[in-house]
Amino acid sequence: MSEDRAGASLRTPILGTAAAGLLLLALWQAGHAAYGTLVLPSPAETFWAMGKLATNGTLLPAVAQTAANALAGFAAAVLVGGMLGTFAGLWSPARHLLQPIATLALGVPAIAWVVLSLLWFGGSGLAVAFTVLVTTAPIVFAAATQGVLTLDGSLRRMARSFRVPWHVLMTDVYLPHMLTHLFPALATALAMSWKIAVMTELLGGTGGIGDGLATARVQVDTAAAMAWIVVIVVLLWMQDRLLLEPLRSRLEAWRRELPGAGASAFRSPAAT
Amino acid sequence: MTTDPLPGTDSGLVATEVAFAYGPLPVLDGLSITLPSTRLSCLVGPSGCGKSTLLALLGNLLAPARGTITHAFRRPAFVFQDPCLLPWRNAVDNIAFGLKAQSIPRRERRDRAEASLATVGLAPADAGKYPHQLSGGMRQRIALARALVVEPDFLLLDEPFNALDADLRRQMQDLVRQLIEERRLTALMVTHDRAEAVRLADRLFLMSAAPARIVAEHDIDRAFAERDDAFLQVQLAWLQDAARPVQN
Repeated sequence: MSEDRAGASLRTPILGTAAAGLLLLALWQAGHAAYGTLVLPSPAETFWAMGKLATNGTLLPAVAQTAANALAGFAAAVLVGGMLGTFAGLWSPARHLLQPIATLALGVPAIAWVVLSLLWFGGSGLAVAFTVLVTTAPIVFAAATQGVLTLDGSLRRMARSFRVPWHVLMTDVYLPHMLTHLFPALATALAMSWKIAVMTELLGGTGGIGDGLATARVQVDTAAAMAWIVVIVVLLWMQDRLLLEPLRSRLEAWRRELPGAGASAFRSPAAT
Repeated sequence: MTTDPLPGTDSGLVATEVAFAYGPLPVLDGLSITLPSTRLSCLVGPSGCGKSTLLALLGNLLAPARGTITHAFRRPAFVFQDPCLLPWRNAVDNIAFGLKAQSIPRRERRDRAEASLATVGLAPADAGKYPHQLSGGMRQRIALARALVVEPDFLLLDEPFNALDADLRRQMQDLVRQLIEERRLTALMVTHDRAEAVRLADRLFLMSAAPARIVAEHDIDRAFAERDDAFLQVQLAWLQDAARPVQN
């Protein structure tokens, strides 16, 4: 790949993102012009409201609390879903027992889990983390099981022939393969964790971004509500750009072609 | 590591009356085989007769339902028909994989793996390449290096050159034969290619269809370098003759 093309491929996503951002801002402004501040405050009013939330000391503690709730639930889901999923993949009786339970858990609407966890744990951070755990763990479970089941049998046989200990079998053979299934599931579960956390906070009045949204609703402060929405969207976008994307690129280093390898010749110009 | 023979014999492995079945399907039925120590034995037979199963049994990957397998080796190593490389590890890490079963520090594992690249005819520049960036022949060389780097005293080869073209096949056959001689290893190779078997083997074993037994065995005493085409034709004729009753 020439330097020019490499530069172009780096610039294209940045330009694309900037263009998408500007387009959204323009549509937002047009919506505001058509319907007025009560229905859709302008971007300027929204950022002004966000500035107010930041300066009166509401914004940062709320973000920190939502992050703590969402990430605690997500971490527990990765641990529980990942371990049970691996176990179910390795041992079919466990799979036959756990798979229907995971399917059932996935079938329960997230809002039902919110109500149940608020009844069980009251309006605390624990209720939020628990809701995140039960709604995202089945996704991690299914991906981990699938990851174990789809490992090429010849690799397992090769590893057995060298008599490597079980922890090497996990770290060198199973885990790298499982990650190809797990990573997209983890990215989805992480984004879901934030949304579920906000929803539970909103209904439970447990503090955090969701609580801020509930307050804005009560006060019919659409600008503040929009400010909270922008905060959560920016947080999710930053998470994707700064955490998931570099991680994805690092994990998939082994799939890359050698520089100048034939495959790049077949890539469409639009993709480069 | 040179293979030690069984005490008081020049045999590397003796299997007696071995039986094995996959569920109700008998694969081996009272099979007996004696492998000469520090020699390459080749196993030929009709496809699906249980050659690979026998290899797995003799290499301790499977346990026989009946019969005994006696051997003096401590470190068997396999080379399979498919190179079975870890796609997410580069060439050197794939070679070093087998060493993880031994308590060898990371640095030494890497050094030994790098040194073994040259043994199988790979360049130092190939060390960091991932399997999908290498040709089929190079991948099979890495699989061979991975087996040799653990310093095995019993090398088991399951149709290792099947996927290679004729030239590459010949190169790899010569390399394996040379390494077995240099290291004085006991080796057993499964092949469906009779010409390959008579060219490489010190002892030939012919298996019947499943449930399999050894129906003929034959020593080829001539040194590898002195096996000319005329000699190989005679050996091949013997093998074809012996195989006629078991052909399916």
